[in-house]
Amino acid sequence: MGQIEIITANTAAAIAAKLCRVQVISAYPITPQTPVTEELAAMVESGDLKAEYITVESEHSALASVVAASQVGARVFTATSANGLLYMHEMLHWAAGSRVPIVMACVNRGVGAPWTILNDQQDTIAQRDTGWIQMYCRNSQEVIDTMIQAYRIAEQIQIPIMVCYDGFILSHASTPVDVPFQDEVDRFLPSLEDRSGIDGKTPMNVNPLILSDPRPDANGVLMPGYMEFRYRLQQDILGSLEAIQSVDSEFQDTFGRSWGGSVWGYHMDDAEHAIVSMGSLASECTVAVDQLRSEGIKAGVVGVRVYRPFPSSQIVELLSGVRTATFFEKDVSYGYQGALAMDAKAAMYESKSRPEISSYVVGLGGRDVRPEQLAEATLKCVKGPVQHCWLNVSG
Amino acid sequence: MATTSVKQLPKTEMILPGTRSCAGCGLMLTYRHALKALDEGKTIVAVPASCMTVLHGVYPITPVKVVCINNPFAATGAAASGIVAGLKATGKSDYTVVAFAGDGGTYDIGIQALSGALERGVNFIYICYDNEGYMNTGTQRSSASPLGAVTSTTPILSKLQHKKDMIRIVEAHDLPYIATGSPAFPFDLFDKVKYAKDVLGSRYIEVHAPCPPGWGFPNKDLVKMGKLAVESGIHVLFEIREGRFSLTSRSLAMAKKGRKMNVSDYIKGQTRFKKISGAHLAQLQEFTDKKWNESLERHFRDNP
Ligand SMILES: Cc1ncc(C[n+]2csc(CCOP(=O)(O)OP(=O)(O)O)c2C)c(N)n1
Ligand code: SF4
Repeated sequence: MGQIEIITANTAAAIAAKLCRVQVISAYPITPQTPVTEELAAMVESGDLKAEYITVESEHSALASVVAASQVGARVFTATSANGLLYMHEMLHWAAGSRVPIVMACVNRGVGAPWTILNDQQDTIAQRDTGWIQMYCRNSQEVIDTMIQAYRIAEQIQIPIMVCYDGFILSHASTPVDVPFQDEVDRFLPSLEDRSGIDGKTPMNVNPLILSDPRPDANGVLMPGYMEFRYRLQQDILGSLEAIQSVDSEFQDTFGRSWGGSVWGYHMDDAEHAIVSMGSLASECTVAVDQLRSEGIKAGVVGVRVYRPFPSSQIVELLSGVRTATFFEKDVSYGYQGALAMDAKAAMYESKSRPEISSYVVGLGGRDVRPEQLAEATLKCVKGPVQHCWLNVSG
Repeated sequence: MATTSVKQLPKTEMILPGTRSCAGCGLMLTYRHALKALDEGKTIVAVPASCMTVLHGVYPITPVKVVCINNPFAATGAAASGIVAGLKATGKSDYTVVAFAGDGGTYDIGIQALSGALERGVNFIYICYDNEGYMNTGTQRSSASPLGAVTSTTPILSKLQHKKDMIRIVEAHDLPYIATGSPAFPFDLFDKVKYAKDVLGSRYIEVHAPCPPGWGFPNKDLVKMGKLAVESGIHVLFEIREGRFSLTSRSLAMAKKGRKMNVSDYIKGQTRFKKISGAHLAQLQEFTDKKWNESLERHFRDNP
């Protein structure tokens, strides 16, 4: 148990960074992430948090500077949203390729043009192929807890992590949050072991030019080529599902809360109809399921907490027993469908017992989507598959 | 005490044989003397995509005895800021962080991150080696390319604009130390880097780095080309300590003797200028004279 405070998800993220004793922070303001940058700046200026805060001139620089700070051994933090995240795109690949354990809060917002400051998940989904782990949170408690877990996971496998939570819906909504005590966090997350190799003696050329094929070093030992490094990143990010699960269990042992590892289920034990979603929308789907259950429909929710690496076997397992699966998501891969539905369908191809799958794109740019609409849309799919459509949009 | 003899330079070579830079590369000679002025083991270099990346060799072998952290093309000022902050946060003291970027990575794509770092007063040295074009990608124009130069993106008309005045932009950030240098005047360069090492805050040094394949002159003429650039006033050697401007080395000697070669003497040995029009040459001379006169005026005002 910690201390209950009524706070927003942004404050939860800022407090989590402090509890994790980050050493270098670099961030550039963008709605709805801005309060994170302001609250951390105040903590650093007041001396509550002993860290270097770099007030950079852009998001590209924000990520470039935390990558470099991490390379010389510091625990680092940054945060962004929407166009800020897109502006980081080059650096996202660079960070993952550098194998630095950065944790970044991504406050989900629709991307321009045209400008919107309101929520959807197009920003982070568009960055899914950059080699980062992506974790999506349901509420502010999950934000603070996931941030703490994320440092453990990232530092264990040397892969950066985006902790994603919905703009305004979570970032600006105050709810009670159990804020862990510092000594408990310190026990769960020991200080970062310095792996920089900087010792005042050893020359290094970090992230140099590399050839495609393995090449011997000065002692004749064959060293990896570009593709070997890419393969290791892929193997390690796939393997991180295990670390994510075990860190979540350990977190439960220490703090008494588990978030389901990579995928969570709601009423899935006897469900005949599944709703699949991510983030606060998945949380809203549980309300829709309560309504459907009251109408005699055996529905349940599959909440995808970790989108990259994609937890395919867990999703296949949960969906194998159901008759229909209805996807709701706040993103689209233009020219095709929602990314989550696409990925889950690909995963289900291997499975013998496939449910009827329908998918909806909802809530782009803050478009309101209510639990009863989700229930109604699910009901349509229960009666017969709806291939793919956009909910609550006039053509 | 100014360095006046090779014997005064540290013997240790930080760049071992086997670099991947071209023969007669001005950047290579610049880097060699700059690293001699910095402390072995205590120097961390930030390098963007450029000829510097290539000079540093192909994984897993490097000929340079420093800690070099490569960063994306636009990111040098930010990466250096992160290194400085990370070292401080992890209690690694006494390191000198040196960003080493080309004119493309400085004047053009990297100017935002550089300006950010200089405005924040990050404690580092930024060295721009100016070879007046994007050489790593094959001699495209940069905003540092001079008027009248043929580049691969100004192949027929040649460059129609003067070189950007980067020093004025940098000076607008109010730095404690700004200097120019040339590999053709290695003692002057060495002394400036050495001095910069012990100044606190953001320090900027711009080195004019002749490039045989990019400019079109024989490899053996590197030093000659560097000297002609200074003697014609195309590149002026000076330093600005806390706002006080002083000519140095050959430029100072020229100021005292009141003698200067013509721009045409400098450009005639370079194929990039072989199509220069009379009008462009006159403009380039006029531009050079104006800058030189401004330098003289400033020098004598600040050093009465
Ligand atoms: C974002 C981005 N755009 C373009 C490039 C391609 N590129 C690599 S080096 C380079 C030119 C570098 O020019 P400069 O900074 O002057 O250094 P030089 O090559 O002359 O040493 C370019 C255009 C890149 N690596 N990254
Ligand atoms: S192209 Fe020019 S700057 Fe680049 S390595 Fe060759 S000589 Fe040096």
